[in-house]
Amino acid sequence: MTLALYRIDDRLIHGQVVVGWGQPLDIEFIVLVDDSVATSDWEQELYRMGVPPEMEVYFHTASDAITAIPKYRADPRHGILLTGDIATMQALVDGAGIEAVNVGGIHSRDGRVQRLRYVFLSPVEEKQLRSLAARGVKVTAQDVPGARPVALDDLLAGGDS
Amino acid sequence: MNSESGVVASENAPRALVAGHGEFANGLVSAVQQITGRGDQLIPVSVKDLCVEDIENLLRQRMLDSNVRVIFTDLQAGSCTMAARRILRGMDDAVLIAGANLPTLLDFVFAEGRTAPEAARHAAERGRAAISAHGASA
Repeated sequence: MTLALYRIDDRLIHGQVVVGWGQPLDIEFIVLVDDSVATSDWEQELYRMGVPPEMEVYFHTASDAITAIPKYRADPRHGILLTGDIATMQALVDGAGIEAVNVGGIHSRDGRVQRLRYVFLSPVEEKQLRSLAARGVKVTAQDVPGARPVALDDLLAGGDS
Repeated sequence: MNSESGVVASENAPRALVAGHGEFANGLVSAVQQITGRGDQLIPVSVKDLCVEDIENLLRQRMLDSNVRVIFTDLQAGSCTMAARRILRGMDDAVLIAGANLPTLLDFVFAEGRTAPEAARHAAERGRAAISAHGASA
């Protein structure tokens, strides 16, 4: 079918992605875009072992992903594209044109302020999200399909935390 | 000695960390305590709100502080499982059991006389075998 979800999630492949979104969206493949993981066989094996046997995982650096995305969009199966940070998604938006981005999980770290239960942002990251929106990308935060999507303005205003 | 149940855990009793989504760890350890009085052999770890690196650091620190070499987690794809697998990469004497359930932990806490890794692997088999389906056929 296509890439059904473009998600920013610093945990990359984990329960919410594989089960929470994977089951209802009938996801058969995940495109994991991360420069570090894409160059580590060990990390790739780690993530492959986290998914059911029928689910494929493809690994790309950000630059490789830009050229590979059209192929995944034409794939007859349903897929999810994941990045671990906003900057990587920004590169994909610039290079491959993405209409909507899901902020799925950016967790607590020094310098970040809590905006939602599952979203903590630094001032730089806030600017990056605003920049995505300024380019016409629909940015919403939503950890799992059953949760209410939170619009960017509401997210940056503190959301529902 | 557990003050509520009066159960005395042997020095040879195996100990482990339990980690997972939501209240998984606290809930399972609470259930083990209620059933056996041996909940203090298990250390529940909450990873709420933590990023991947902090989950790994927290689990590693708890293992080192408590001298525990067994981790039970809930889901193969879960962040705790991923973090534990990274920790095991540099800890040859440790074992991870992913997909743990209550029967798994009940078997583990009674496995005196086995090493903790042996007890964990035995418990994993018991936990797997303890799942059954009843009622209407598919």
